[in-house]
Amino acid sequence: MKYEAIVLGVSAGGLKALTTLFTNIKDSFKIPILLVQHMHAGSDDYLARYLASICKLTVKEADEKEKIKNRTVYIAPANYHLMIEDDKTLSLTIDQKVNYSRPSIDVLFESAVDAYNDKLIGIILTGANDDGARGMEQIKKAGGLTIIQNPKTAEVPSMPEAVTKRIKPDHILELEAIAKLLNSITI
Amino acid sequence: MSSINENIEIICLLEGIYQKYGYDFRNYSQASVRRRLKLKLNSSNLPSYSAMLHKVLYEKDFFDSLLLDLTINVTEMFRDPTFYKALRSDIVPILKTYPHIKIWHAGCSTGEEVYSMAILLEEEGLLKRSLIYATDINELVLAKAKEGIFPLEKIKEYTTNYQRAGGTESFAEYYTASYDAVIMKKRLKDKIVFSQHNLATDGIFTEAHLIVCRNVLIYFNKELQNKVLGLFKDSLIRKGVLALGSKETIKFSNYANDFIELVGKEKIYGKIR
Repeated sequence: MKYEAIVLGVSAGGLKALTTLFTNIKDSFKIPILLVQHMHAGSDDYLARYLASICKLTVKEADEKEKIKNRTVYIAPANYHLMIEDDKTLSLTIDQKVNYSRPSIDVLFESAVDAYNDKLIGIILTGANDDGARGMEQIKKAGGLTIIQNPKTAEVPSMPEAVTKRIKPDHILELEAIAKLLNSITI
Repeated sequence: MSSINENIEIICLLEGIYQKYGYDFRNYSQASVRRRLKLKLNSSNLPSYSAMLHKVLYEKDFFDSLLLDLTINVTEMFRDPTFYKALRSDIVPILKTYPHIKIWHAGCSTGEEVYSMAILLEEEGLLKRSLIYATDINELVLAKAKEGIFPLEKIKEYTTNYQRAGGTESFAEYYTASYDAVIMKKRLKDKIVFSQHNLATDGIFTEAHLIVCRNVLIYFNKELQNKVLGLFKDSLIRKGVLALGSKETIKFSNYANDFIELVGKEKIYGKIR
């Protein structure tokens, strides 16, 4: 198996998109998923509890210094950036907002490239700004796999569209097809 | 992408900073340091971290600006309102039992959370017998904290935080607005002493009833986290209180057995011996 981790960025329209994606991911899905969903600074761990209830994977808010494990989804906590260290542990920071966002998708993706090089899959779904586009460019440059939700059918197209302005993504797909692709390449 | 060579260059750069200026970033979490260095590399048009090391060694001004980039942390007044609520309900009653209260706020950055504490103490009738020692590694942010001047555009957000944190007055009581900034009231400032202190290299700062150090430990590796938690343990009075950031814990450290949880969810701990 070539790929060792998936980084996933989503913003406006995210809850619906994530629901479709995670209900279609196989119970046996192995590699870790690190997720940034833009959210309000005061949000609690609702998203983690919700996603845990609709799929068989372990879903949790990321803790600092936590070792990344298989079959687990890590969600960036509200008001913290999530980063990956070279030893595959997680870091949280309260650094400046990036693209008006904390957590920022670019911050996660760029650190993930440092840690995983070409063994990384980057995914951008629905969203209203351009956070994540730079990170996807780095993933592509490092030889990782880049996937975006088809902007034509995304609830808010700006975020996946912003990726296409920087790179030609390897796959432009509907949500169900993204799940299918992930199921097939990460067994 | 980080290459092996680039990582070696960064190690050399951090070692050079330590040898020359005494600031020790060698035990900071790498990813965040690397991100900050990368931003500096791009903005200063340098070809490599080796070139940056040379500039750091021979140009003090350049080092000063790099130090600011490496150490500035952003914060807000009453960040995490539920934390301040817990302080009021669970910790203030403990503080009320002391005739004089010493609080050490370590890593105070530009001071927003220190003024928040002073406001809370005043509303609880404790400010007059309290003294807050606010420290940070970075003298430039300390100077800002001491001024107590904050952008007016932030006040709406801070007011919301203040109210969520259980504030009992009108938030406007605590500052004077002029043009596009506010300045915090003198009676709050009078109870705060700002000083430079480096958690990575300096020793015990004071004997405190309460130590507040929020969202600083997340920047350190395990080894440095342990060292700093030991420093806090030694700086607290018996049954003193330690308040960490909402994503920080003492649980997996060397000092897990020296503290009990007072408010677990808000990461507020009590020293037991």
